[in-house]
Amino acid sequence: MANSDAIVGWKTITFGCHILEPGNAANFRTGDWRSQRPVVDKEKCIKCGMCWVFCPDMAYSQDEDGYFVVNLEYCKGCGICAHECPKDAITMVPEEG
Amino acid sequence: MSKRVGIEVSIAISEAVGLAKAEVIPAYPITPQTHIVEHLSEMVANGELDAEFVPVESEHAAMSCCCGAVAAGARVFSSTSSQGLSLMSEILYIPSTMRLPMVVVVANRALSAPISIWNDHQDIMIQRDIGWIQTFAENGQEAVDLTLHAFRVSEDRNVSLPMMVNIDGFTLSHVIEPIELPDQEEVDKYLPPFKPRYKMDPRRPISMGPVGIPEVYTEAKVAHDMAMKKAKRYILKAWNEFAEIFGRKYDPVASYRTEDAEVLLVTMGSISETAMTAVDTMRDAGQKVGLLKIRLWRPFPGQEFRKAVGKTKVLAVIDRCLPPGALCGPVGAELRSLFYKIPGSPKIFSFVAGLGGRDVTVERFEEIVDKARAYAKKRPRELYEVIGVREK
Repeated sequence: MANSDAIVGWKTITFGCHILEPGNAANFRTGDWRSQRPVVDKEKCIKCGMCWVFCPDMAYSQDEDGYFVVNLEYCKGCGICAHECPKDAITMVPEEG
Repeated sequence: MSKRVGIEVSIAISEAVGLAKAEVIPAYPITPQTHIVEHLSEMVANGELDAEFVPVESEHAAMSCCCGAVAAGARVFSSTSSQGLSLMSEILYIPSTMRLPMVVVVANRALSAPISIWNDHQDIMIQRDIGWIQTFAENGQEAVDLTLHAFRVSEDRNVSLPMMVNIDGFTLSHVIEPIELPDQEEVDKYLPPFKPRYKMDPRRPISMGPVGIPEVYTEAKVAHDMAMKKAKRYILKAWNEFAEIFGRKYDPVASYRTEDAEVLLVTMGSISETAMTAVDTMRDAGQKVGLLKIRLWRPFPGQEFRKAVGKTKVLAVIDRCLPPGALCGPVGAELRSLFYKIPGSPKIFSFVAGLGGRDVTVERFEEIVDKARAYAKKRPRELYEVIGVREK
């Protein structure tokens, strides 16, 4: 989750530790401790968007061709997308290294 | 004009909370605090106080509800005691570091086991480190005044910390005293409407209470500690303003007949009144004895305390709390720490008395002073002594 913006001093930390900027989680790489990642098989994908609906981190977005792609900066590898996919088009693959 | 009335201290505190125009009161009844919230509930039900009274299912819920209501921008009051305060414990640390101002009156009572509904300070001493500002009242008038003072300090935008006013259970909560209740105009002058630094508002969304990863947790806690230290200035300022409007002046440490004293008793809460009688008795008998009453417990007024001790060489500190296995009671430990290795500092003797509703009488104070004098000549074997305990 390392991001230089988060490293504040006691004088510069926000009042009461509040988050004053809504949606600022997008500023932080929250997916770097993932142990597995989703891989989409475009042959099987019907572009239904269930992965996008169920992803708890809103890591999915739609590309120009209408496929849903995951942003690995935010994907925590929970596997909900793979579980929900009605066509079993998503496989969870262990992260290497 | 304010009026002086004979009134039960609990009811007077409720009236003060009404004068302070509290807006949300989440509370759960527990002896000996019950009359405070019972009367507030009546005031709300009768339309005398325009507030939301939330009869929650537990003290844990009460404190959670308090946090939410302050976060939404309301002036919040609650009250509890003993086991109830302990049940709040998990939540108590939250509004302080989150800088959510609110006022809680604690009717101090012993903790089980054995079951005791009677007064001592063990309930609040386990909450010593919650990071709330904490004051101790000596009598009914002070209980009312400190309650109003607590709203003023807590909500000061330079402070913005929750505040606890301690009143001794039964000894204060259930006693009828002549108390001067200020009028609405005076209170309004002293206590402007609550304007929080931040609040939960859908038009300007913010998040409160996020996770503090190891990289920022220490900084968040130090920011809180610094806010507590800085708060003392505003606590004193609010007491000065209180004196200007209401004519009663309060200090963080109150001195009583300390001039030329050889021994100073140190007390907190209502036993201070008995201690004053004891000091008078001993002074009449030619003994040079005085008294220091700690009114502000957190942040601890170290500078003021040292100044109040002056040149006195012996302190007899009374704790109404016995922490088993500790080196001495919490007040004794605090003062030993304050004077550690300071040249010319007094000898500090720690006594535990008045547990679970046992009276600390004038004779007990005399015994404590005698013992402190003796120990100053010949060091005692133990670091503290329990007063008035039977062996068989």
